[in-house]
Amino acid sequence: MSVEAHLAELLLQREIEAFLYREAELLDERRFEEWLALFTEDARYWMPIRRNAPSDAPERERTREGVDVNWFDEGKDTLSRRVAQVRTGVHWAEEPPSRTCHMVTNVQIVRTDGDEAAVKSRFLLYRNRVETETDVLVGKREDTLRRIAGQWRIARRMILLDQSVLLVKNLTFFI
Amino acid sequence: MAETPKLDELVDVDAGTISREIFVNEEIYRQEQERIFARAWLLVGFESQIPQPGDFVASSMGEESVILCRDRAGAVHVFLNSCRHRGMKVCRYDEGNTREFLCPYHGWSYATDGTLVGVPHQKDAYGAQLDRSRWGLVEAPRMCRYKGTVWASWDPAAPPFLDYLGGYALYLDLLLDAWDGREGGAEAIGGVHKWLVPCNWKFPAENFSGDRYHGVSHRSVDMVGIGPSGKGRRDMQERNEARSLDVTFPDLGHSMIAFLRPPDAPLAPAYQDSPAVGEYFRYCEEERRRRRGAHWRLFGGPGTVFPNASPLARQPRTIAVWHPRGPHQTEVWRWYLVDADAPVAVKDFLRHYYIRYSGPAGLTEQDDMENWGYAHAASRGTVARRHPYNYEMGLGRATRGFEDHGLALPGRIADIVPGTASENNQRGFYTRWRQLMGAASWAELA
Repeated sequence: MSVEAHLAELLLQREIEAFLYREAELLDERRFEEWLALFTEDARYWMPIRRNAPSDAPERERTREGVDVNWFDEGKDTLSRRVAQVRTGVHWAEEPPSRTCHMVTNVQIVRTDGDEAAVKSRFLLYRNRVETETDVLVGKREDTLRRIAGQWRIARRMILLDQSVLLVKNLTFFI
Repeated sequence: MAETPKLDELVDVDAGTISREIFVNEEIYRQEQERIFARAWLLVGFESQIPQPGDFVASSMGEESVILCRDRAGAVHVFLNSCRHRGMKVCRYDEGNTREFLCPYHGWSYATDGTLVGVPHQKDAYGAQLDRSRWGLVEAPRMCRYKGTVWASWDPAAPPFLDYLGGYALYLDLLLDAWDGREGGAEAIGGVHKWLVPCNWKFPAENFSGDRYHGVSHRSVDMVGIGPSGKGRRDMQERNEARSLDVTFPDLGHSMIAFLRPPDAPLAPAYQDSPAVGEYFRYCEEERRRRRGAHWRLFGGPGTVFPNASPLARQPRTIAVWHPRGPHQTEVWRWYLVDADAPVAVKDFLRHYYIRYSGPAGLTEQDDMENWGYAHAASRGTVARRHPYNYEMGLGRATRGFEDHGLALPGRIADIVPGTASENNQRGFYTRWRQLMGAASWAELA
């Protein structure tokens, strides 16, 4: 690999990491409208349910997008309603608001194709609310990022939470 | 088990007071496991989850893990998921297809009909002593398949399921019958929401039995609008035109919020976010009117089949089971229903609506969990427990023998003035709870 190509790869890696960190910052600062603007108009936001399946039947390990019941399986319209709900001031599950801390790591650019990049990462999401209520969620994300007018946008996100029975009472936050 | 003597002081449905103790007390919780969950009919799953011979899903009855299985010959069974030798779970998969259940501890294996078929070193280790026919998986002695659902009871003396449902079958059918009025035909969409909520199982069970008083909980959803026509939580015209009924069967424990439309009510527009889906449901409603006679006017809402299965009969169309996990925790399992022969586009539209409404990510149900969890937590204190909850709303205002334009409906029914509410159904739920907790056997209850 030429030095130029290597540098370009490093710069892209840095650029995408910075994008994901900025996204996490927007969420933890509750700047949800700005966060929403990071998604393309045709974005998909999908979080399958994880199942305990025999190791020779991996297709049963997660529920299917667009077919099964999932934790999330939606586009920007529903995401927008979630943001609007938080802003009503009477969404009791987030009133008073939770404190969240999104940590994103293991960022790997799996593939680039023109203005799109397939990016894998790991997340650790800490939520604390009211007095002592504390949740920790850990898992993987697989994103398709798209560069539009020079800015990265999220065109697709799959969230693989590493839990089967959900150990938190609700999913009122974004991952 | 000895009777807990104070139950009559704790639960006074006639006066409309119930002690917080029944939600948080360890001894009462243990008695519930014996007298309710080891005795009542419980929802185990859906036949659509196990269509083929050898198909199984793991499920739960009360605290205990069970296997719902279709054996190689096609018969449906419910087994305790525990090896007869040392108790290890013989199935740790959520679903699958198998020839046998192999215990990973010592290797006992069981056929899909529960028969013990494999015991390592049986001849040498046991000689002639082990009678394998006596050591099959523990099977629920009572099992009933009803319109695609599978129910079971651990008590051989339990009444037949249809007697257990009694007059409530009419209301449960509002969930399970096809939208166009044919009998049955519903299936569960693949994928079951399973999650933990930090509250006693009775908080959600009584909420679904008939709590129409908690509009404030969901005001944010009404403001945002997630309904199938883009507004509110659901399509409201048919509800707004209907008589609003709180239906309970106190001697069975089952309840539902139901609605009865006027005989001359026109078709109400619904599912308007998609012209094709709207058209499909318009067609179904016309067919329902044709097939169901005067009963087309009746449609359902939330309810509870005693003790812990809660249908939501119409929008969204779903059923949850509230599995007890100790007095202070509940594991919710929620299935979502569609007519098996509905067009793919309709199923897809409904699936999206269902999961933005219900479950832990559902805009509506999220706020329920917040309320149940903190209501429970705040009820545990020594001082808090001295102060009972109030269940007086609408006391004495329900009737049996309800009739409207010649259509008689079963149950003890409170006719709800629009915009108001009643706790008729919750009182029905706790009437049955008190009966079961106080009786040593089904015979005593008869």
